[in-house]
Amino acid sequence: MDNRARGYNITLQLHKDLHILTILTAFLMLATRALSLVGKRAISTSICVRGGHGVAKVDDYALPAYFDRRENPLPDVQFVTELSAVQKSLKEKEKGSWATLSNEEKIALYRISFKQSFAEMNEGTKEWKSVIAGMFFFIGMTGLVVLWQRKFVYGPVPPTFESEWKEKEVQRMLDMRINPVEGFSAKWDYENKEWKK
Amino acid sequence: MFRPVVRLSTSGVRSLTRTRQCYSAPLASRCYSHAKVETDEEFDARWVTYFSKPDIDAWELKKGDLLKNIENTSASFYEGMNTLIGYDLVPEPKILDSALRACRRLNDLASAIRILEAVKDKSGPHKDIYPYLIQELQPTLIELGISTPEDLGMDIL
Repeated sequence: MDNRARGYNITLQLHKDLHILTILTAFLMLATRALSLVGKRAISTSICVRGGHGVAKVDDYALPAYFDRRENPLPDVQFVTELSAVQKSLKEKEKGSWATLSNEEKIALYRISFKQSFAEMNEGTKEWKSVIAGMFFFIGMTGLVVLWQRKFVYGPVPPTFESEWKEKEVQRMLDMRINPVEGFSAKWDYENKEWKK
Repeated sequence: MFRPVVRLSTSGVRSLTRTRQCYSAPLASRCYSHAKVETDEEFDARWVTYFSKPDIDAWELKKGDLLKNIENTSASFYEGMNTLIGYDLVPEPKILDSALRACRRLNDLASAIRILEAVKDKSGPHKDIYPYLIQELQPTLIELGISTPEDLGMDIL
């Protein structure tokens, strides 16, 4: 290939690169604009710029949350975030002397900032009743299963448990003088052939 | 017969003395930390100063994080009510007085009532602490117009 042809090829390549570059930048601009639109749609979240690469939507779960807990009496946010007109005027009144507020107004102010009072948050549930009921129910079910097993699963008890057998067994043990000092045979009166009183 | 016994006994004695020398335990030297222990008065003073800051903001009033430099016992402005409640104590009336006044500066009555509730909850089974605190705080409560949770009927369900 001669020099002129080589040069021509090079310029063609450069043109192609330029075309690709312009298309890419146009796409990127569109993309960022779309992203910013998505970010603006959510009212309660804020937009933060991340290192100049575009905007990142901050989700609700990442923001400070309200929760009632004994160990954290003053949460990071108020409970009621959007105040009605009445509440707004009450908040204005709060800036003045608190002695002029009625009890209802004070309670209303409390309820704006907090969801449950300490008494309400510490209130016990009646869950323990369900727990005990569940326990008894399952113990009962198990009892039924055991009874069924005894009737339908287990075979007969060995003959060694019959009373006749047991009598013979005890007699044999006494004849053998099992534990004659302090144990079994020691409690049998061999003269009178009865258990010692 | 005697000599090996003597030999054994001397070597035994020598080893005994040797071990006794090495084994002498050092006198009890405790390794307590070198941080200064804060007295109750210093603790109270620190917290009163903290809440007395004239331009205290809502976050500082609430503050939950434990950004505390233990060796720095001067007022460290990175604590707040949540941290105070986290301690194993019921705050003194003067600290609460300071905190309630901070609420007043922030125009936050709800937080003031909440603080009283929290302190009552904090005393746990010791039912006589809270009435004492209220009695001590009565002048402040009247001055600022703060109602106790009992006045508002919030202590019952």
